[in-house]
Amino acid sequence: MIAMPESTAAAVHEGAGLSVELGGEAPLELDCGVSLGPFTLAYQTYGTLNRDRSNAVLLCHALTGDQFVRGPHPLTGRAGWWELMVGPGKPFDTDRYFVICSNALGGCMGTTGPKEINPATGRPWGLDFPVITIRDMVKAQAMLLDHLGIEQLFCVSGGSMGGMQALQWVASFPERCYTALPIACAAKHSAQNIALNEVGRQAIMADPDWRAGRYQEHGVNPVGGLAVARMAAHITYLSESALQRKFGRALQDRSNVTYGFDADFQVESYLRHQGQSFVERFDANSYLYITRAIDYFDLAAEYDGVLANAFRGVDTRFCVISFTSDWLYPTAENRAIVRALAAVAANVSFVEVVSDKGHDAFLLDEPDMFETLRGFLSGAAARRGFGGP
Amino acid sequence: MSERQRQAGARPDHRLIAEMVAPGSRLLDIGCGDGALLELLAREKEVDGRGIEISQEGVNASVRRGLSVIQGDAETDLAHYPDAAFDYVVLSQTLPAIRDPRGVLLELLRIGRSAIVSIPNFGHWRNRLHLLTRGRMPAPLGSSELWYETPQIRPCTIKDFVMLCRELGIAIERRTQLDSRGRVRRFTGTGRFANLFGEQAVFLLSASRAGPGASRPDRR
Repeated sequence: MIAMPESTAAAVHEGAGLSVELGGEAPLELDCGVSLGPFTLAYQTYGTLNRDRSNAVLLCHALTGDQFVRGPHPLTGRAGWWELMVGPGKPFDTDRYFVICSNALGGCMGTTGPKEINPATGRPWGLDFPVITIRDMVKAQAMLLDHLGIEQLFCVSGGSMGGMQALQWVASFPERCYTALPIACAAKHSAQNIALNEVGRQAIMADPDWRAGRYQEHGVNPVGGLAVARMAAHITYLSESALQRKFGRALQDRSNVTYGFDADFQVESYLRHQGQSFVERFDANSYLYITRAIDYFDLAAEYDGVLANAFRGVDTRFCVISFTSDWLYPTAENRAIVRALAAVAANVSFVEVVSDKGHDAFLLDEPDMFETLRGFLSGAAARRGFGGP
Repeated sequence: MSERQRQAGARPDHRLIAEMVAPGSRLLDIGCGDGALLELLAREKEVDGRGIEISQEGVNASVRRGLSVIQGDAETDLAHYPDAAFDYVVLSQTLPAIRDPRGVLLELLRIGRSAIVSIPNFGHWRNRLHLLTRGRMPAPLGSSELWYETPQIRPCTIKDFVMLCRELGIAIERRTQLDSRGRVRRFTGTGRFANLFGEQAVFLLSASRAGPGASRPDRR
């Protein structure tokens, strides 16, 4: 392996808790028609940008993720969401690649979103924040890359909503994506998935502390509604067999049911814990905005309803990965992406990983996924002319 | 590919296919297995190669090698490719495992300008002798699978294949047989000698100007 040359530019951008103000001169033109700018994008980087600036990898986080791919997370102190995947010797090897992850537009970890102050009013944005889309998120990331002086990404990747962003990246900026690695995602949000998101949003809005989205000014937080939203969503990230394997009908710290509504079952206790720990790190309005962005995602709609048109003439090398037990973004949805790519004879690999861990498998220890990523990235890196075997 | 085969070089049929392929061409390998042929073609012919493989293990092994391979089924997934998307479409030793060989052959020449098809020859003299003397189905060459285990549900002979090409109006540009010692010989017509002594055959095909149905099915 060739040692990564030192870059002076990279040193400036390396580290934790980074953020940049973008769109000061030319605002971000959002799909909803609003011009947003200036706005803040919070991001993290790992590894070193090489002299050719050819080894940058953009990782896009999922609905409730953030820029902290690796830990410790500043709020929870826990590991990052892709700690298993990113780091020295990991599939996204930070000894070879310069890894960037930014907090999505509309998020709540430092990027401009509904909980930040609206400069026009001096109050938190709340529901005055414009509705954003996956494409808006991607445009904001492109402005970050301009700021970092990175013309082309070696790879854009992510799971779930992150995978949607990877697809949108290639459609919007094909020449800026050498490879794309969308994992466990879809080119459009299905009716079932919109329905599930709507349950979460209604849970938040039904919480009396939501106060029409102005809870910050009232000094309250709709934690009950947000926790229920998280609990409902969390079930969709698992699988029936994984729930059965982990919990079955086992009782929580008791030998008999209590004939009440306490968390008798372990699975109830587990979900309550998931809900409670989530509200400590996530903003309820951000949850509304980001789920909406996912609902609105339909890549083919931008291209006369033909998904293949989104990828026509694209030179990007793709690797699509799905999981057998993922019922949120099932293999069929991922295969639809692969077929659209085949229809334009694009360069694509597709692997369906056998796992019973459901949608969340993309965040977990899945050796087949790791090996696929390593092989795909190493092959592409050798072609791109750096760090090849 | 086993370590012994790696040391000894590529499989003889792969070597033969590689000789037929123009350098730098675009190629789709259907039923690419662990990607050994695609890797050989990328290394020696700088081919821009893609693969389709039905088995998960094969796909994973291929992608780990840095090859572009998707998990899929030749009988359903070829329909998604545009016309003339590739210079060559390769079907290596896979034809007997396909339910609709006629449909797949026509698809090969729709999405590829040329097709390269290699088949194990069921007409080999050892198979004929086995059937004649023992009265039982011979195992496919190179395996010990019994008739109810083998994925080769449609074994055919070299002559069968040539006659199917005639029926479909497919032009055979080059026909080559490999014997049990890996010796390569060209043959002509239905290959009376090849059909007896060839363990496998490799054909370079193109769509005939006459088009499909130019000749009647010949069932003799």
